[in-house]
Amino acid sequence: MKVLMFGWEFPPHSSGGLGTACAGLTKGLSNHGVDVTFVIPSSKIDVQSSHVNLIVADRTKAKQSISVTFVDSLLSPYMNIKDYVGKLELITDSLPPGAGSVYGKDLFQEVYRLSEKAKIIALSDNFDIIHCHDWMTYPSGIKAKKVLGKPLVVHIHATEFDRTGGNPNQVIYNMEREGFNEADKILAVSNFTKQKVVDHYGIDPDKVEVVHNAVEFNGYKGRKNSGINALDKVVLFLGRLTMQKGPEYFLYAAKRVLEHDPNVTFVVAGTGDMEQFMINKSCELGISDKVRFTGFLSGDDIDRAYSMADLYVMPSISEPFGITPLESLRNGTPVLISKQSGVSEVLDHCLKVDFWDIDQMANKILGVLNWQELHTELKENGKHEVMQFSWDDPASKCMEVYHELT
Amino acid sequence: MKKVCLYFQVHQPFRTNNYSVFSIGNDHKYFDHDKNMRIASKVADQCYLPANKLMLDLIRKHQGKFKVAFGISGVALDQMEEYTPQVIDTFKALADTGCVEFLGETYHHSLSFFYSKEEFLEQVRMHDQKIQNLFGMRPTVFRNSELVFNNELAAYAESMGYKGIVSNGTPQALGWRSPNYVYNPTSTKSIKLLLKNVGMSEDIEHRFSDESWNEWPMTSRKMAGWLGDAEGEVVNLFMDYEALGEHHKKDSGIFTFMKQLPDEILKNHVWATPGEIVESVKSAGELDVHLPISGNNLEGIRALLGNNLQHAAINRIYQLEKGVKASNDPELIDHWRKMQSTDHFHYMATGISKNHSPHGSPYDSFIAYMNIVNDLQLRLKQPVTPIAK
Repeated sequence: MKVLMFGWEFPPHSSGGLGTACAGLTKGLSNHGVDVTFVIPSSKIDVQSSHVNLIVADRTKAKQSISVTFVDSLLSPYMNIKDYVGKLELITDSLPPGAGSVYGKDLFQEVYRLSEKAKIIALSDNFDIIHCHDWMTYPSGIKAKKVLGKPLVVHIHATEFDRTGGNPNQVIYNMEREGFNEADKILAVSNFTKQKVVDHYGIDPDKVEVVHNAVEFNGYKGRKNSGINALDKVVLFLGRLTMQKGPEYFLYAAKRVLEHDPNVTFVVAGTGDMEQFMINKSCELGISDKVRFTGFLSGDDIDRAYSMADLYVMPSISEPFGITPLESLRNGTPVLISKQSGVSEVLDHCLKVDFWDIDQMANKILGVLNWQELHTELKENGKHEVMQFSWDDPASKCMEVYHELT
Repeated sequence: MKKVCLYFQVHQPFRTNNYSVFSIGNDHKYFDHDKNMRIASKVADQCYLPANKLMLDLIRKHQGKFKVAFGISGVALDQMEEYTPQVIDTFKALADTGCVEFLGETYHHSLSFFYSKEEFLEQVRMHDQKIQNLFGMRPTVFRNSELVFNNELAAYAESMGYKGIVSNGTPQALGWRSPNYVYNPTSTKSIKLLLKNVGMSEDIEHRFSDESWNEWPMTSRKMAGWLGDAEGEVVNLFMDYEALGEHHKKDSGIFTFMKQLPDEILKNHVWATPGEIVESVKSAGELDVHLPISGNNLEGIRALLGNNLQHAAINRIYQLEKGVKASNDPELIDHWRKMQSTDHFHYMATGISKNHSPHGSPYDSFIAYMNIVNDLQLRLKQPVTPIAK
């Protein structure tokens, strides 16, 4: 079976969960004998390392090849309208005077331009099915379906409602809805996300299949020495400081915890549009001496952050899936996650709370900090559970959908 | 001809709220009144009332040949009195037939025997008193919570005047022996041990409505046949009363099965209560049990005290005993005792697929439990030794 897949990113050229998820799913599919051609938009300034490595890295294990095709485009994941214009100006400025840019003059024109190219790619091979990931690729998928006459699967990792906290951009919303309508089947990364598709886009629930994301870890990482020898217990937030991730609820819970037990330090790791707000808020709440901001973390520093924490909290207000709690458990740190997340549907050995329920959040944080037995049980059972995840399960579910459609 | 003994366990714990750390020192609203009331009425409607009616009909029909025993925990009786007093009336009617026996146990369905003999004794006495007050008879056979048992418990029960004790016929306890005999436990004089026939009991209790089971559909004739083929002198069918109507809903045919069972058994066997068996059947030999065995084979004890949370919680509740009793505060003592029910520890089980925790997860159950324990401790008039975190 040949699948033409459209995505936004693919490791190592990825900045977020989408790329990791696409790579995991494609690998799982190729283990099932599916031949995947993965198309991603990429501008010349983005692509630095060799494509060949990318392909070879996956061929070692896979029964079938995964080929990755790059399409020259300025689109990148998690991009908003302003980001696109900035990037376009950067490119235009570097062109010789008088030379015209080939790129679209705004984000949406570029998405359109990409979809025009998709038609050409679609005709390059005998594909059996088209599968695309999130809104930027939906116009490409729809056009590929038109020229090929093959079934279209659209995968939804995050809706515009998740990203914006309920204030969607109308153009993006329309593209998402058109994708859902044109699709033969919709795959959602959680029941939580499926419900959004049904409620906000008016889609028949029978058309939406839930395919939970997975992770595949090479091993348990264990705890790294953070170098910090704090007397305080440490509670960690790690993620983009943006409304979707609910960082302010972390501060409200911190305030409540500190009223009860002053010997706790709260670490906020990450950057984002709410960074200044967060700093101001912690001062306003009178807990600035108990809240540390680390700025952006990457690589080993992320593992160190998990390792130094007694508890990781993910207070997201709308998290279609959410990989970070699994990463935390892999580092031996128990987790408290919001119920408004996809991962809470598949993870048992953790604490769960409604993101808005500050008292319960604080109650559970204090529980883990006060009772070593609770910390140990959550850590050990969570570690065991997280190692059971495999991309084979979502890939099998995906295969069922493919077979049903072809 | 075998003696067939049917014994039903009836128990409901006082389930707790999601008692928060911020409630400590502010209120003592530990128990979820609404939920307990809801469950009490649901179980009364689906199980206790229709099942008691059936038992009464069967006893009347067979004119003394069908007999049954009940073990009803004190906390279950308390809740019936509060929420569904009509259920108490139907048990009283059963008691009046003379064909029903009540077993002795700890009032609060606790494991106090393994943590405080003094507390154990008080709870057993409380229960004994309650049964006498309600049903006008005195238990002669003892059953420990979750059927957890060992030699020491048997000796202790004997010293308290019990003639018999019931437990679980697990392979760990029995080795090569059959559960279908009466034994006498090591280091006791005359107290007799009756063991649950786990296979046949669970055929009714767990598998009856399981359509994937190769013996489905189960019939009373089939059960009587198995019973006849089995070796031994007695067959003890011990199970949760909720098997009738609650675990297996009415439309599964469980009541019809139960209705027909006495006739089928009486073709070749007789019904007897635990007390009658203890009086009439001789011991087949000594049985030596050091470790506690329990209600659901090995899984049972693991589900009860298999992880760090459960051990921490149960140790902590018994550490409060001295202070709680010294307070002479009846409400405090009552609250402390209600927190000893084994259910609270079951709710903290992490390794089982089905956790009936009213708090959502074993971890949440633990947090609520420990918060309550901390509040209990604050209420003590004299401080207790704090334990290290």
